[in-house]
Amino acid sequence: MSIANESTSEPKRRIQFAFTDEQEQFRTALRRFLNDRSPTTEVRRLMATETGYDPAVWRQLSDELALPGIHVPEQYGGAGFGMVELGIVMEELGRSLLCAPYFSTAVLAANAILNAGTETQKAALLPDLASGARLATLAIAEPDGDWNPAAIATVAAPAGDGYRLDGVKSYVVDGHIADLLIVAARAPKTSGLEGLALFTLAADASGVKRRQLAAMDPTRKIAQIEFSGAQASLLGNFNDGAKAIERTLDQAVIALANEMAGGAQTMLDSAVNYAKMRVQFGRTIGSFQAIKHKLADLLLEVELAKSAAYHAAQAAAANDPEWPALASLAKAATSETYMHAAAECIQIHGGIGFTWDNDTHLWFKRAKSSEVFLGQPSYHRELLMQRWGV
Amino acid sequence: MSTMNEAEVRAEVREWLAANWDPDMPLVEWRGRLADSGWGMPQWPKEWYGRGLPMALARVVEEELAAVGAVGVAKSGVRLLAAATILEHGSDLHKKRYLRRILTGEDTWCQFFSEPGSGSDLAGATTRAELKGDFWIVNGQKVWTTSAHHADHGMLLARTDWDAPKHEGLSYFIIDVKQPGVDVQPLRQMNGHASFNQVFFTDAKVPKENLVGRVGEGWKVAMTTLAHERRGADGLPPPPKRGTRIGRIHAEERAEAEKANQPYEWYPQRAGRVDLIIDRAKETGTNKDPVVRQEIAKLMTLAKCAEWTARRARAAQRQGRPQGPEGSLGKLAASHVARACARVHTLMTGTAAMLTGPESPREGIIAEILVSVPAVSIAGGTDEIQRNIIAERVLELPKEPRFDTGPFRNVRRN
Repeated sequence: MSIANESTSEPKRRIQFAFTDEQEQFRTALRRFLNDRSPTTEVRRLMATETGYDPAVWRQLSDELALPGIHVPEQYGGAGFGMVELGIVMEELGRSLLCAPYFSTAVLAANAILNAGTETQKAALLPDLASGARLATLAIAEPDGDWNPAAIATVAAPAGDGYRLDGVKSYVVDGHIADLLIVAARAPKTSGLEGLALFTLAADASGVKRRQLAAMDPTRKIAQIEFSGAQASLLGNFNDGAKAIERTLDQAVIALANEMAGGAQTMLDSAVNYAKMRVQFGRTIGSFQAIKHKLADLLLEVELAKSAAYHAAQAAAANDPEWPALASLAKAATSETYMHAAAECIQIHGGIGFTWDNDTHLWFKRAKSSEVFLGQPSYHRELLMQRWGV
Repeated sequence: MSTMNEAEVRAEVREWLAANWDPDMPLVEWRGRLADSGWGMPQWPKEWYGRGLPMALARVVEEELAAVGAVGVAKSGVRLLAAATILEHGSDLHKKRYLRRILTGEDTWCQFFSEPGSGSDLAGATTRAELKGDFWIVNGQKVWTTSAHHADHGMLLARTDWDAPKHEGLSYFIIDVKQPGVDVQPLRQMNGHASFNQVFFTDAKVPKENLVGRVGEGWKVAMTTLAHERRGADGLPPPPKRGTRIGRIHAEERAEAEKANQPYEWYPQRAGRVDLIIDRAKETGTNKDPVVRQEIAKLMTLAKCAEWTARRARAAQRQGRPQGPEGSLGKLAASHVARACARVHTLMTGTAAMLTGPESPREGIIAEILVSVPAVSIAGGTDEIQRNIIAERVLELPKEPRFDTGPFRNVRRN
């Protein structure tokens, strides 16, 4: 297959199909931590709070496990691993539905700074994010919900030694609690991918108005942020702005795909366990082919989705030129699988599955919101076709 | 097990090849020599045409043979399944009589397992064998027998005890196909090809000594055959050799391969031909249709994920990890891919999908895809059986209640 895409200067290595023993050990340790710290009772407690996370757990996952900077190079205070390890973290977070500002700070903001920032900016901004001391997020989409960077309307006009931002950002993950905002905006009178760049500003700067949105998924808080002449600094430069935004989105898509693979696995496990336990007509319902076949199909689907998510992360880590296409492929595959797994999990639970007290809806809502977050499956399938040159 | 290391193996094979390999020798004579030397099947035991080498070293031997262009022992069709079964359960007489001729290619084999009345439920076989004097007398019908019309011998699963429970009343035999009581008829498939046969047994004779294993152990023996079948890639034969090497032996091998591969000509189409999808989208101009683009992306995503899942299973195995669920899913995934492929080919071909033959798109290949893919979800274990296996063995869900226990005589059947 001929796939045309820009490749960076780093050398390409072979895409791996297995995790290393160290990666498996890391996963095991992480899963133990999350089982302990993020049981559904905690998820339910935190999703009902306004901030949506437990600062003590955040502190612990930063200090003990170095998670926020797992993929940040050591010279910027991170652990120096890459996309594969970030993928493992995301898969485990997706499994346990941990309520924490991880996607915003580690995945979106840290990657945006790594992709766009100058050496000085990276050295200044990343250590605080990697250590978990500061929360940050990235604002891309606007109230129209379009994830194509070409649709960005927020304007950054030169003002003093910086820029003034005017526009409205929406669907900003953890926008209500972030200390640092990274905003995608365009130079005045530009359109499409021209004139795009990223800007940073403190969330409490004047001219910034934040409003938490009523999110269908209460475990992932989102905000709308209005900028009216807010003073911001350019992150990197205008020439590479669009590329940095696209790269950051593609990485976020891979992280999300891995998170969704983890969530889908939880749904499958939960459905299988229930099918082994629930008795009707004098038999466990898991002995009925109607249920067995559904679950066998779901297992296949979940394993296929995992392959997509793992492969995209491995391809990005190996700097394979095809990795952005594979990111889109993984997003489309995992979001449909997660949604299907969540729906089937409810179905197999029957009536109890539709109740608030049953935990399935927590993942169902994450599945639904992840399905459309960063672009829905049809959007990514079209991107995949374009990226493959079809 | 031999204690030879790789370098020693290579050196010894090279020396032997230098002294023995001759491309102008008759094929059977060469293979006989190769079989007798133990280098043809080095993973087999020393007493029976092997060297007792582990698989990894057997592959090394294969590399050495390939390096000088030497022809290997015969491996086409189901002959190696027969050989593996004989090695494990056969008597010394069976081994002496059949193994060497399997390797030289003198004898061709087929497998008489499936019946019109027992497809998924193989153990429900009703072909009967009754001992009369020195012979077992066989009556019944087998189906889906590949290459029976070329075969000399067949592996036969037949019922010898109707009062025993289903799995315990079966016995396993080696039967001569070329005898008056065996009538081989081609079985024409919906795609027009006749890759298989149906075979009728009317008082066909099996000498007493051709029982493999003990009476009533047929199911256990058949499991060995099937395990080897599953280990081979989905029962697919190796791709036809298109070599152009000169020499009598190569010409004879090509003719043999052509004959052995004839039933499988349409197998690539059966899998859906995902390799043609992108080219077809471009040549039909349907790559500009947003609906088709979505469908192509869905299909390619599925096909890629299936491929990566298989690679994931292999990579984990190489690292010495226990096989995860991803190893059991290939067959079901392949049938989803094939079906999705046929759908997208249809979508891209449009009205011309009404045509077949040389004037139809891609000289009939597209039409052949459309009428061949239904085989994938049936052959070698239906999707439904695969789902049962996955659900019971991987997810450890309970089995369905059974209705086929007790004397087989009383079990409801077709």
